[in-house]
Amino acid sequence: MGKVLMKGNEAIGEAAIRAGCLNYFAYPITPQSEIAEYLSRRLPESGGVYLQGESEVAVSYMIFGAAGCGERVFTSSSSPGISLMSEGLSYIAGAELPCVFVNIMRGGPGLGGILPSQADYFQATKGGGHGDYHLMVLAPDSVQEAVDMVMESFRLAEKYRNPVMIIGDGLIGQMMEPVAFRDELKSEPLNKDVWASNGMSTRNSKTPNLVKSLFLSPEQLNAHNLKLKAKYEQMAREDLRFETYNMDADYKALIVSFGTMSRVCRTAIDDLKEEGIDVAMLRPQTVFPFPEKAIYDAALKKECKIVLSIEMNMGQMVEDVERSVKGQRPVEWYGKCGGEIPTPEEIQELVKSRL
Amino acid sequence: MQQEVMFAGFGGQGILSAGKILAQTAMNEGLEVAWVPSYGPEMRGGTAYCTVVISDRAIGSPIIKNPLHLVAMNRPSLEKFAPDVKKNGIILVNSSLVAIGSGRDDVDEVRISATDIARDIGDARVANIVALAALVGRSRIVGTEDLINTVKAEFARKEKYIPLNLAAVDAGFAAAS
Repeated sequence: MGKVLMKGNEAIGEAAIRAGCLNYFAYPITPQSEIAEYLSRRLPESGGVYLQGESEVAVSYMIFGAAGCGERVFTSSSSPGISLMSEGLSYIAGAELPCVFVNIMRGGPGLGGILPSQADYFQATKGGGHGDYHLMVLAPDSVQEAVDMVMESFRLAEKYRNPVMIIGDGLIGQMMEPVAFRDELKSEPLNKDVWASNGMSTRNSKTPNLVKSLFLSPEQLNAHNLKLKAKYEQMAREDLRFETYNMDADYKALIVSFGTMSRVCRTAIDDLKEEGIDVAMLRPQTVFPFPEKAIYDAALKKECKIVLSIEMNMGQMVEDVERSVKGQRPVEWYGKCGGEIPTPEEIQELVKSRL
Repeated sequence: MQQEVMFAGFGGQGILSAGKILAQTAMNEGLEVAWVPSYGPEMRGGTAYCTVVISDRAIGSPIIKNPLHLVAMNRPSLEKFAPDVKKNGIILVNSSLVAIGSGRDDVDEVRISATDIARDIGDARVANIVALAALVGRSRIVGTEDLINTVKAEFARKEKYIPLNLAAVDAGFAAAS
């Protein structure tokens, strides 16, 4: 299939269907309502289920239920809606069920605004709900990458039996770009016979599969937490992803940036290069797991004097960047909020003022 | 090379569709494109605008502060965005609704009575297509034949609107020449 011009939100919906996900439960919220709108038409005609829940809290448990039955399932929302879903997310992570959450982020806190933002970095990467758990978190920088990540997210969710979250800012959802869709996935959810509670008669088994997050014995819960921890470590070993830009040059500064913000940084880096100033960028595509070692190695390159974490928030990823650099180079945050997006010119000025 | 076009006007003037048709045409020509709408809080009848970025290589920042060209379909849009247009760019003004000029002497200001031309063809709602074609005719940002083909494809499912829109394209080309 050739390329089509599609809005990010609609492309995300289409990608999920092509990934074999025929269950979508959601509650509309700007700036991602087009995902629900698109799927309300496309899912019924594809033989799937589109259901608008009565609230985001209810939606998160509909996802829990469907995932527990071994169905491929996803939802989408934007920041305040994801907060409401966070209780369910914690239960789903605790019960080790695969599913996908898309957060097309808007500014906060509270109702905030409806314009693009990356202010949910902490919420996505550090938990959001209660208890010791992590989501695997992917951060696309284009409509094409959003599509690819949605398609891959189901496979990752099933590999780890863990919820995967895709964080795009409002611009990724609202923008139209050319996209190509990969071939459809027709397979059943991976190894679902081992974990899905979908009736013993469906799988010729004498042992029931139990879906739960309650472990009253401290030994059992500790063992459960260690098992989850081992999964997060495996994610870092096997599915860490990042992209580098201008990393072959003798760069004086290293930018770490993700999503839409990283595209603005790329333009700034191109413009700086024309002036004879080399700056490199490392763009995490997975923000959990986080590319700590790659950032450490890139920061310690001889000529590199400073590391800049540039974000559409008040300084969140910078904490992970600092942790990665381990004090070997100065690390600074720069960013804006609420739909304001730093311009390439601002980033150029920032870099020049620090060199 | 990267070029940017901002389309701006009232909600309902077909601003977003005009941008989409341009983006689609450039994509069909094998170029990289990004179509970025305004989606902030706006009241009914308020301003609508979108930016189309066209480039022969991967597009970095899709957020454009200074577009190369501007299509201003109403007065508030011209007043708001004319100062942002790059030097030597085109400012296309819908003179049917905008009596004032851009006040810039370093751009190519083109005044087209897009709404009147559209009404003469048969429907004021195709003023967006008249203006888009005028911009394409003047800037050659995409090929004129390619634009015609996109318009045909865009209305393939509403075939009865194709002749009207093709007439709007022709009128736009004529007005710009």
